[in-house]
Amino acid sequence: MLTQQQAGDIFDRIKKLSSADEIEVLFSGERSALTRFANNTIHQNIAEENHVVSVRTAFGTKTARASTNRFDEESLRQVVRSAENLARVQHPDPDLLPMPDSREARGATGNRTEQPPSRYFESTAATSPEQRADGVKKIVTIADRHGLTTAGTFSSGESFEGIFNSRGLSNWHTQTSSQISITMLAADSSGWQKGSSPDVAHLDPLALAETAARKALDSARPREIPPGKYTVILEPAAVLDIVGFMFWDYSGMAILDQRSFLTGRIGTKLFGDNITIVDDVAHPLQSGSPFDGEGVQRQKVSLVENGIVKQVVYARATAERMKRSEFKDNVGPIAATGHGFALPNEMGEMPLNIVFASPRDPQTVKQMIASSERAVLVTRLWYIREVEPFDKMLTGMTRDGTFYVENGRVQGGVRNFRFNESLIHMLSNVEAMGAPVRASGEESFDMVVPAMKINQFNFTEVTKF
Amino acid sequence: MKHISDWALNIAALRGASYADVRVISQRSRAITTKNGKVGGASDTESVGMNVRAIADGAWGFAASADLGRGAVEATAARAVEIARASARVKRENVRLAPEKPAIAEWSTPYKVDPFSIPVEQNIELLLKVDAELRSVAGITLAETNLNFNREEQWFASSEGANIHQTKLSTGVGYAAYAFAGNEIQKRSYPTSYGGQWQNKGYELIEELKLVENARRIAEEAVALHKADQCPEGTVDIILDSSQLGLQIHESVGHPIELDRVLGMEANYAGTSFLTIDKLRKLRYGSELVNVVADARQEHGPGLGTFGFDDEGVRAQCTPIITDGLFTGYLSSRDTAHTIGEDRSGGTVRAEGWNRLPMIRMTNISLLPGRKPLSLEDLIAATDHGILMETNRSWSIDDKRYNFQFGCEIGWEIKNGKRLRMLKNPSYSGITTEFWNSLDAICSRDHWTLWGTPNCGKGQPQQVMGTGHGAAPSRFRAIKVGSAFRSV
Repeated sequence: MLTQQQAGDIFDRIKKLSSADEIEVLFSGERSALTRFANNTIHQNIAEENHVVSVRTAFGTKTARASTNRFDEESLRQVVRSAENLARVQHPDPDLLPMPDSREARGATGNRTEQPPSRYFESTAATSPEQRADGVKKIVTIADRHGLTTAGTFSSGESFEGIFNSRGLSNWHTQTSSQISITMLAADSSGWQKGSSPDVAHLDPLALAETAARKALDSARPREIPPGKYTVILEPAAVLDIVGFMFWDYSGMAILDQRSFLTGRIGTKLFGDNITIVDDVAHPLQSGSPFDGEGVQRQKVSLVENGIVKQVVYARATAERMKRSEFKDNVGPIAATGHGFALPNEMGEMPLNIVFASPRDPQTVKQMIASSERAVLVTRLWYIREVEPFDKMLTGMTRDGTFYVENGRVQGGVRNFRFNESLIHMLSNVEAMGAPVRASGEESFDMVVPAMKINQFNFTEVTKF
Repeated sequence: MKHISDWALNIAALRGASYADVRVISQRSRAITTKNGKVGGASDTESVGMNVRAIADGAWGFAASADLGRGAVEATAARAVEIARASARVKRENVRLAPEKPAIAEWSTPYKVDPFSIPVEQNIELLLKVDAELRSVAGITLAETNLNFNREEQWFASSEGANIHQTKLSTGVGYAAYAFAGNEIQKRSYPTSYGGQWQNKGYELIEELKLVENARRIAEEAVALHKADQCPEGTVDIILDSSQLGLQIHESVGHPIELDRVLGMEANYAGTSFLTIDKLRKLRYGSELVNVVADARQEHGPGLGTFGFDDEGVRAQCTPIITDGLFTGYLSSRDTAHTIGEDRSGGTVRAEGWNRLPMIRMTNISLLPGRKPLSLEDLIAATDHGILMETNRSWSIDDKRYNFQFGCEIGWEIKNGKRLRMLKNPSYSGITTEFWNSLDAICSRDHWTLWGTPNCGKGQPQQVMGTGHGAAPSRFRAIKVGSAFRSV
């Protein structure tokens, strides 16, 4: 993989090729592998390595970007030329700021965040196809033992992100990642589990497989119960996938664009007292780069405190625009928080390291079940989409382990439901929560979220299985 | 590029691969967006690389590299074989490839105007003109436009002797107007939502779509939706415009017919399918009016699923999927064709780029138009009580592709053959086969549009692919509407 030193040398070469007033170069790349299995067989097994250099040039207040994955002299010359040609024909953008220097990027004007721990593990980067195959073999052994069919993935890899600009800014981040996702299929039921960690040693294929298998077995012969409003117990992956749909709206740009459901609602109590959410890249269970698309350090931001929406995140230019906007007096603190996307872009920024605060009295899923007279236990949600943006009404399906709970006990599997539920309503009706964990799903990025017991969750239809 | 494929194929053979293929791919794209009178994003992207897919010890391996030097190419080929041997540690049966006569061919997307030859200033001017039209309507709070050009050049070679050079070109354009007022955000898009219309064409697509001419109407509709009545809940006949029907085809026909899903290969992520193999040529999928094809051939039109050869080197084909309502075909690959008794792949395998594994993807999955002349206005005139729904706003379907729910941007009440009041937040839901069996009218060829879906996700790691869907406005009897908003 490319090193910071090598990238710095390339940046110096690129800088000499450009006549722009300012230049910024992003480097990104990965060496990754993914072993995929289905029908108790490895059917797809891939490995790739790629590096990308992405050049942004600015002439006054005109800017544009060009990217390539070729690093020879002619390709670098060409990518600089493309970025310059595109930038020159832009209309001037009065909101474009000069590129940040190192001091500004470190967050000298705001609250400095704690530095995250190292998320690079040699053993994860060095995981071989044979090791992944051995992990899959363990999973298949569990499936065979229970008479089930399994499908899933085991992936591992290392990646880097770097940024250099002509004001002397230089940031570099490397990390490793690993993930195991397992579906167990029975004749008329299924179960699922997924784990992810920067350190592959933290993944236990046997434990994940056993839990997925148990869910498939316990939800066999699902019965149909009518749609309606139910108390639901959402496991962390289900919570993750549904709440993930609101974080695009925790953005200064989304407020300015009036596309956020938080427009006019910052400072108001939107959710229950027990909902507190921060964005914190340094949290021990989080991962990802500690700087944003302009190289600004990500700060810890309090998004929701005891149900009150406190603030949104900002890229540098968005913060400046907000300070001049009609909304400035009603949006809480306004300052660059280190959450911007690479420029130029139309989306602005977004919090990507979501952490839900632990409740005072965390309950396990077992305790939530035991305290339920009548409830639906949900392993995972699927195909979630926004139906109405201001109520944050979402639709989607349950999947891979949906159970009926009665009199404090799981009574067996039920056919999967379609829900149509407002996130505002949902987070105002959380009766109990677990201790937050790092959760991984399919509809959203990884977060630190708890299991939740939620009242009056709106199931509108039942499917055929 | 033949030297690159020769290096890779030689090493794969030396390492003991029983089969190998090589793709060398160069992709170039341009994306321009505007938002509220300003350019939002302007970027050019180039990505070049190669991959090797190999069978060793009866199992698949795949490796990809951006480095096209001989050392890296040979190491990539060796790695693909090594990975295949690791795959063989957990296998039940050897991979079986359907035979395919190796093709030696050149193919490229026909186009009139190379979109990359159009000055960027001209692109920006067009988008800002649309933007200004949208924002000239009082009540519009957000206007967004996008313009995208993609070119992919691929050199494919296999150990069986195939050697194919193919260049695909696509163009996409669209815009949306948002109106925020009170506690509600309403939106209208043109030509359709989520990126607009995409086809395998050159800049001529932009010129055909009358973008500026439609902008004011779209913006006015977005504002007018605030005063429209809520779509009622109940069971009524619905008419879907061709773009919404294109997405309905995508989700409730295109995905369930993917044979890899049917065989459980996607069970962990995209899901499986209700269309188990026992249903082939037995299931009444839809009414007798329903004829759906998977057609990747140029003669079907310039869809995002149009090509000369798929990424396994199989020539583009037309497969009847639903014939007079009967389920008659799947989308297949060389390694799945045998499971349905076919001796040849359906030619539907594609990859997102040089670093992704080719897999079964929709080509152009199209509902053929009605045989009798029928316009949308004729269809409305022939409907006693119903709702016309236009332009997708939300879409969701379960992981076996039975239960779906779609929301649209705008609806119109139909009574006694007349289009009456505007309805906001229209939605409908149902079960796939029940829905298609309720179809009782399809407009004719002159109302048929080949839509592009540029953002179809599938696979792990996820691959985004463009697919095509031809449709004409159609009517469905007794459909459940409005249940998405039941809790409000």
